[in-house]
Amino acid sequence: MITTFAVYVEDKPGVLTRVSSLFRRRAFNIESLTVGHTDKPGVSRMTIVVDTDELGARRIEAHTYKLVNVLRVENITAGPGVFRDLAMIKVAASAESRTHIMQLVDVFRARVVDVAPDSLIIEITGTEDKIDGLLEVLRPYGVLEMARTGRVAMARGARSTTAQVEAASGPADEDHNVFHSV
Amino acid sequence: MKRTGAQIIWECLVRQGVTDVFGYPGGAILPAYDAMLDYPIRHVLVRHEQGATHMADGYARASGRVGVAIATSGPGATNMVTGIATAMMDSSPIVCITGQVGSKLVGSDAFQESDVTGVTLPITKHNYLVTRADDVAPAFREAFEIAASGRPGPVHIDITKDAQQSSCEFDWDAAAPKKPEFRPDWSASPEDYRRALELINGAERPILLAGHGIMISNAMDIIRAFAEKANIPVSPTLLGIGSFPASHPLNLGMMGMHGEAWVNQAIQEADLLLAFGMRFDDRVTGTLKTYALAAKKIHIDIDAAEINKNVRVDVGIVGDLRDTLEHLMPGVKQGDRSKWIAHVNELKGDVAVRDIQNLPDDGHLYAAHVINDLWRATKGDAIIVTDVGQHQMWEAQYYHHDKPRSLITSGGLGTMGFALPAAVGAKLACPDKEVWVVVGDGGFQMTMCELATIVQEQIDINVAIINNGYLGMVRQWQEFFYERRYAATPLINPDFQKLAEAFGLPAQTVTRRADVVPAVEAARNNRKTVVIDFKVEQEDTVYPMVPAGAALDAMIRRPSPSPIVETGADVL
Repeated sequence: MITTFAVYVEDKPGVLTRVSSLFRRRAFNIESLTVGHTDKPGVSRMTIVVDTDELGARRIEAHTYKLVNVLRVENITAGPGVFRDLAMIKVAASAESRTHIMQLVDVFRARVVDVAPDSLIIEITGTEDKIDGLLEVLRPYGVLEMARTGRVAMARGARSTTAQVEAASGPADEDHNVFHSV
Repeated sequence: MKRTGAQIIWECLVRQGVTDVFGYPGGAILPAYDAMLDYPIRHVLVRHEQGATHMADGYARASGRVGVAIATSGPGATNMVTGIATAMMDSSPIVCITGQVGSKLVGSDAFQESDVTGVTLPITKHNYLVTRADDVAPAFREAFEIAASGRPGPVHIDITKDAQQSSCEFDWDAAAPKKPEFRPDWSASPEDYRRALELINGAERPILLAGHGIMISNAMDIIRAFAEKANIPVSPTLLGIGSFPASHPLNLGMMGMHGEAWVNQAIQEADLLLAFGMRFDDRVTGTLKTYALAAKKIHIDIDAAEINKNVRVDVGIVGDLRDTLEHLMPGVKQGDRSKWIAHVNELKGDVAVRDIQNLPDDGHLYAAHVINDLWRATKGDAIIVTDVGQHQMWEAQYYHHDKPRSLITSGGLGTMGFALPAAVGAKLACPDKEVWVVVGDGGFQMTMCELATIVQEQIDINVAIINNGYLGMVRQWQEFFYERRYAATPLINPDFQKLAEAFGLPAQTVTRRADVVPAVEAARNNRKTVVIDFKVEQEDTVYPMVPAGAALDAMIRRPSPSPIVETGADVL
């Protein structure tokens, strides 16, 4: 079962290593992992996608909470959520094929972000399925290169985990973040 | 007040109540060693940094207090790895301090630089790279908190040389650990307690599996009250030995790969397993496919990640064992399990009552005899620190521990070379206790350099080498599973008596049963550490044995016609 976790961590050197090392150590295979800043200073947010069962997901959550720098772990698989991947696809495009490709781009509500004499770069945001779908129809034209971000995810509705994280960890205090935890 | 980072290390250790540290100096930790002389802390100079970590570990296990080890960068730090992993697997609270090259040099492959926080990351509860003097105190305060709280374990602090040398304002109070981050409440719900009580009160064939967590939680008395009230037989894991008195009529003996045959049989027949502070290690369960299929399972552990890890349980309660049992106790009904207990006693047959002390001496010296005689001579009152292998299992079978923290052994990682240094730590933690090392000839040679530490520090323990001239447990596996092809298991050993004497320690060699007790008594009466080389039967075997990956009740029993009388072993 594909399981998605949102993991809030302290923004410190090496925290990504701690989290990814834990998954490796416990033999869970990460399908995708994205990390970036949140709107709260000192707090980063990871979206981690893992193929595991219900008990495995529970253990991942328990193990992740044992990491000192972890602020909050949410399994957002079950509830209603928005899941997005961003991809840039460089596809071969001759004068003849360009129009066809751009029609496909329209159908998928993607965007052309670069046009060169022999190629296009297409940017698409959506679920993994949608991106895979576009990729499938572009293949006959010759996909030259692709970069994907991996999944970012967020639960629907007004509830904000980031706000809770701030409440739990208190105001960002420089003096308490003084040592590097590796 | 202004202090250097090096001074702050000791300021913090003194305030944490640390009185002894185990270590080995070197370039990157020199500022800390220089500052040490001004603080009231005893430093034990080891002969190898692995020994320092095992000593800190033994200290922690004997006392429940945090043990501290210190070493330099690079090789000093990497030598600690085995000891840190040992402490991690057995939930032992230690803090390991290492020097690191100057912060400007980190990442440059400087002399004696290694990425040791990278190395220890998966084998510590947490680790720190401290690069500024201001960061020393917060790191230390948090490290002690982390090591000792929840499920205890090792914490590693790597401090660059410039962080030790530079000065800053030292403010102990301001360095207090920040309040814990949010953690979900996984403690038991009223519904969990209700279901647990329903299972406990309704069980006809329950067994309590007593783990190390009982001692960590200091729950010995309530476990005993619980078992007595509900009339539930108890079997300890290897690390759970001592959590429930061996002499108690409800104590069946150890479970698992070399557990008592009747215990494993009873577990397979049970209708309820009460797994208290244990983690269903593969050495305890045998193959999971056939493990206790008839039994409902209640698992209580402070580590949420242990619930449903190896064995799927019916009720999993996350929390401190003592607190949890205090909640449960009022609802536990007096139980009459006399039928079940009588049945388990039947499984024992007559083997349990056979007393190996009374078996005739056939001229051979068996390890089981040595250990049982050691138990009698020390009146079961010593702290026994064992290494890993056959002697470890015989100790678990033939030294009967009534008191908690009286058996110290490397269970999870199975670290050979653990015993001698861990015993030094145990002795310093409990100076009034008699401490014995029970160690094989193989494991002894892994860390025997610490005999020099014992001499220099004037430590009074005693060492029983169970010397069979083999890596005995490996040889046993070769005997059973590799057609007796003894690849790399025979040992040509030094003369251990002469060796000990060369270190300046009194020593003795024992080859006959009749000489065991006099040798033990002589050692007990000697104020120095005495090394006794017990030359035991070479190809003796630990029975019973569950082959790796086999069902728990598929034990290899002692072959027939029974050589029980020959070996004096009182197991099936």
